Amino acid sequence: METTTKPSSLADVANAHVQKAPGTRALGTGLETRGIHAWFGKNHVLSDINLDFAAGTVTALIGPSGCGKSTFIRTINRMHEFIPGAAMAGEVLLDGRDVYAAGTDVTKIRLQIGMVFQKPNPFPSMTIGENVLSGLKLSQQKVSNKDELLEECLERAGLWNEVKDRLGAHGGSLSGGQQQRLCIARALAVRPQVLLMDEPCSALDPGSTLRIEETIRHLSDTMTIIIVTHNMQQAARVSDYTAFFLSDGGPGQMIEASPTNEIFSRPRDKRTENYVTGRFG
Amino acid sequence: MTTVSAPSPTRPWEASPKDRLRDGVLFALSIGLAYAVVSLTAMKGKLAYFALFFIFYMALTAGFQLYSRGYAAAKDAFVNSLVAIGAVVTVLPIASIIFTVVAKGIKGIHLGLFTHDMALAAPTDPLSSGGLLHAITGTVTLVILALIMSIPIGILTAVYLTEIRGSLTRPIQFLVQAMSGVPSIVAGLFILSAILYPITHAYSAFMGALALTILMIPTIARTSQEVLKLIPNDLREAGVALGGTQWRTVAMIVLPAARSGLITAVILGIARIAGETAPLLLLTGGGDKVNPNPFNGSIGSLPYYIWKSFNAGSPEAITRAWAGLLVLMVLILILFTLARLLGTRKVAR
Repeated sequence: METTTKPSSLADVANAHVQKAPGTRALGTGLETRGIHAWFGKNHVLSDINLDFAAGTVTALIGPSGCGKSTFIRTINRMHEFIPGAAMAGEVLLDGRDVYAAGTDVTKIRLQIGMVFQKPNPFPSMTIGENVLSGLKLSQQKVSNKDELLEECLERAGLWNEVKDRLGAHGGSLSGGQQQRLCIARALAVRPQVLLMDEPCSALDPGSTLRIEETIRHLSDTMTIIIVTHNMQQAARVSDYTAFFLSDGGPGQMIEASPTNEIFSRPRDKRTENYVTGRFG
Repeated sequence: MTTVSAPSPTRPWEASPKDRLRDGVLFALSIGLAYAVVSLTAMKGKLAYFALFFIFYMALTAGFQLYSRGYAAAKDAFVNSLVAIGAVVTVLPIASIIFTVVAKGIKGIHLGLFTHDMALAAPTDPLSSGGLLHAITGTVTLVILALIMSIPIGILTAVYLTEIRGSLTRPIQFLVQAMSGVPSIVAGLFILSAILYPITHAYSAFMGALALTILMIPTIARTSQEVLKLIPNDLREAGVALGGTQWRTVAMIVLPAARSGLITAVILGIARIAGETAPLLLLTGGGDKVNPNPFNGSIGSLPYYIWKSFNAGSPEAITRAWAGLLVLMVLILILFTLARLLGTRKVAR
């Protein structure tokens, strides 16, 4: 029986799936940010961001370009510090411990907080299989069941069926969407608790985008996902919580963070409403 | 079943026979005019033919385009001819050198070259006696020793300059650039005065290789640096985001991704030193006998052999020198090919 009514608004899209409440899963205490500021040189780009990411949920970060969303997620896994002139303030608490605390092993932090980049970037000198397992080699971890892990990660990234017969081919021989799923599989192989995704679908066609969104929904059963996106439909489709970032010429600020269906149906702030209804930005 | 008759494929953008005929006529006309001017005026000599031909050809093609298609097309035709001249001027001397070396050297080539050395042969002996074995093994020894020392130093320098970018980057960058201009004789004198006279007191392949290493490091370092700069930053970030330390990321991802470029750097380094003569004159002794010990004793090399044979002056010795040149060129070609093959093997898999 066909009873599907086509979702007509973002609010309907957001309501079409049940958002997870915090604490529905016992996966540790998750991730919190406390008063995050960021600078590039003297340029203050991000001001006082406080956000909680409950374990096992998907949070979308939306907002116009240049409002500091990418900078914010890069402070979470300490990639921010690679940019010359970068500075920050505040705390990122992973299971209650600050990732910026003195004596923290930063490579361990990045193993726990994985990242998928805007542009698919498989390693060109490695095969598909080597790409997936590259994180283990980079961090010098030994695993006994490499083949199982390889299959599991590719399966979870939704790529196994397409590549199982050519694991020895080069990563560059895949299409853009497959490459991005390969990069997701690569991030999964080191078993992160948190996965940061910086506009993972911005370079992809709608079909590949849909596949990756399915992948995100599956992954959120076992990990915390934070996704930066410019696609409001995507935020409504995949996320449990949405945070709206905005810069009024000064540093980027977080205007509002709510469950996704609320932010798209009854935003508290006028600026959020303007943005999600497409009246600006 | 209906068959659709496909149109036959055409290439409307290519020159038509009429266009080609026109180009040919202009070409022939330029040759004719150049010939006429040389025979009728005071301008004489082979070079005059070339110069006049190019001038006439540029003027004719540009004038024709100006007449038929206007000013912009004339400029385009003019620059086209200039570029073609540039290419010809570059290739001509190379072709001429190769031709001369092959023509003169081939007379001195015989199988004995590769099995005998010059220990028992005098410069005036017939060409069939003696050989190049000592010089070939010597040059190969020198190049390999220099490669063993300069590849790691050169590439690590490039890694420091592009990946680590520490506080010494600027001075090191300056030094590397300055070093690439060091005259080879200076490198030779440096090793002579710093190591050979005070410490070892003896000629050896190792002394020569040290001087060659000084010449080779800047070439390898600078080329590798340019190559590493081209590796997208995404890959470095991806490596670090997967929990790699900086060194593991560089060694596992950045260097393999730059592999073919790094091999080009090594090839350019070989090209820089393989025919280098001045430091070898000071440091290797240039013996006529095969010397299996690279760390002690006089050792021959192809450039040294060529220099020595030309100096000997007899017709046989001069033919030997040309043969040596030919062998040196072929040897460099083999080294290049080998480096390419080793470098692309894994990628081609």
